[in-house]
Amino acid sequence: MAENNTGSDTKRVLMKGNEAVGEAAIKAGCLCYFAYPITPQTETPEYLARRMEEENLIFLQAESEIAAINMVFGASAAGARVMTSSSSPGISLKQEGISYIAGGELPCVIINVVRGGPGLGNIEASQADYFQSTRGGGHGDYRCIVLAPNCLQECYDMVMNAFDLADYYRMPVIIQSDGIIGQLVEPFEMHPYEPMFEKLPPKDWALTGCAGRKPNVVRTLFLNPPNGLELHNKKLDEKYKKIYKELRWAESFNCDNADLIIIAYGATSRIAKSAIKRHNNNGKKIGLFRPKTLWPWPDIELIEIARKNKGVRFLVIEMSMGQMLEDVLLSLMDVVPKKDILFYGMGGGWNPTPDLVYEKISEILNK
Amino acid sequence: MNNIIVKAQPKSITTESTKYCPGCGHGIILRLIGEVVDELGIREKMILTAPVGCAVVIYDYIFCDVVECAHGRAPAVGTAIKRVHPDKFVLIYQGDGDLAAIGTAEIIHAANRGENMSVIFVNNATYGMTGGQMAPTTLIGQKTTTSPSGRTIKGMGKPIRVCELLATLEETKYLERTSIHSVRNINKTKAAIRKIFQNQLNGIGFSLVEILSMCPVGWRVSPTEAVQFIEEQMLSYFPLGVYKDTE
Repeated sequence: MAENNTGSDTKRVLMKGNEAVGEAAIKAGCLCYFAYPITPQTETPEYLARRMEEENLIFLQAESEIAAINMVFGASAAGARVMTSSSSPGISLKQEGISYIAGGELPCVIINVVRGGPGLGNIEASQADYFQSTRGGGHGDYRCIVLAPNCLQECYDMVMNAFDLADYYRMPVIIQSDGIIGQLVEPFEMHPYEPMFEKLPPKDWALTGCAGRKPNVVRTLFLNPPNGLELHNKKLDEKYKKIYKELRWAESFNCDNADLIIIAYGATSRIAKSAIKRHNNNGKKIGLFRPKTLWPWPDIELIEIARKNKGVRFLVIEMSMGQMLEDVLLSLMDVVPKKDILFYGMGGGWNPTPDLVYEKISEILNK
Repeated sequence: MNNIIVKAQPKSITTESTKYCPGCGHGIILRLIGEVVDELGIREKMILTAPVGCAVVIYDYIFCDVVECAHGRAPAVGTAIKRVHPDKFVLIYQGDGDLAAIGTAEIIHAANRGENMSVIFVNNATYGMTGGQMAPTTLIGQKTTTSPSGRTIKGMGKPIRVCELLATLEETKYLERTSIHSVRNINKTKAAIRKIFQNQLNGIGFSLVEILSMCPVGWRVSPTEAVQFIEEQMLSYFPLGVYKDTE
């Protein structure tokens, strides 16, 4: 890690994405980290193995992804701030535990450095885990908050936000990184922990031994009373509706009076932005809409942009065969004709370049 | 039958009637846990992991903090709880399907890391809650709903002896197999539970007691025949005794 100490608590540093998320976790008060090696995220456990030892925190390399997520479940139930990280095949293994964590209303942070799939796929960057992250992923009716950084500053900031959001809403928060963001080295401002909320709810549900109080039980089984599970699911659903109202994050760039608006997130949004700027310099009216929360999906923000730009066309770009595309279509179904929503993407670890996106935009404009 | 001793209900056990079947061993083991918890005065520092299986709602029967774990994952969950709260008492309660089938990796690695936890492993040679299917500890020849002609070595393998398996791991500190098919053995089981609890309190390390237990409904026999099944069938394959005591 290269440092440029400015004399304040904040310093400009040069790090790898997978390391930045680790340092952010430590700064945010993460007590425990449990993980298993997998490319392209292994720098995170390597970084935290060293740093957590230095800080006298709890680091454990688990025997499997399944054990790691169940350790997260245990540590969270015990009241600790806890994180795990992995890449796509490992995240699939963690889905059992994520379902229990969501059902048990426990907070935790999960980092997915997405790689190509299905199966072992490859170790290139990919965005093919969008469905898995935004639709729950494991069994049952639940959601996870999903934050999608596109630079190292956001990796660092969003991990801190993720711990706060997890504690505030009592649920898993996923940082949807990818092989590009995870491996990227670029400078960012390493600042002290900045809490999102003035006050977080007390963890009076945590398992600490029942001295002086009634026993606490962390459970996901609701056999009785009648409708027990129905009521539990209703409670979860109300929480998800509240989050949808409170937490839709998006960035829009040059969307006013645009003829074409690119919709992309994560690494793809940066690649797209380079191509968009080149077109803007040539006088073309191209904008970018970038969701920063993949769940909740910022549909109202997108609809507003569509309403303001009558006749605008949209181009969804993803490193997948079209997953976020479905959320775009659902959001715009009453506002934009389906034929005006275009898609450019490829699965299996395909990485777009600014040149490819530039040409794709030219091709659309010339039609 | 002249010497019936009635003991008071352990304070750590609730008055809720259990949902265990007549003749089931879980109720006896629960009672023993309650007695030892009371005697050691550890109820308020105890965090118990409930397994998937018949004991899943154990929090209805015992007054302490409880976490309900995914099937087989209790040793991983308990590992993290103990790391977060090293001063608390963590009890892992698992059945044979939970510990010796779906959770094999978790128990072996928790044992191998020498986690300072106490594990009660209830071996009733079947999956009780799902209605008597073949377990990793089902005996050769034993008929279950998924081995209707009886378990055969060919294709199904031999029952796993957990104490013997874990004894090969050097970081396990205490391993004992007991049974609850007679009063004498129930008393021995209580002593073993006390031992593994005290080991954790003294910081000794990973300690486990495997308890041979009756499942008359799963075995399709009467409660009396279930006791005989342990005596006549299980003991010869699962010998009782201390398999590891490093103190």
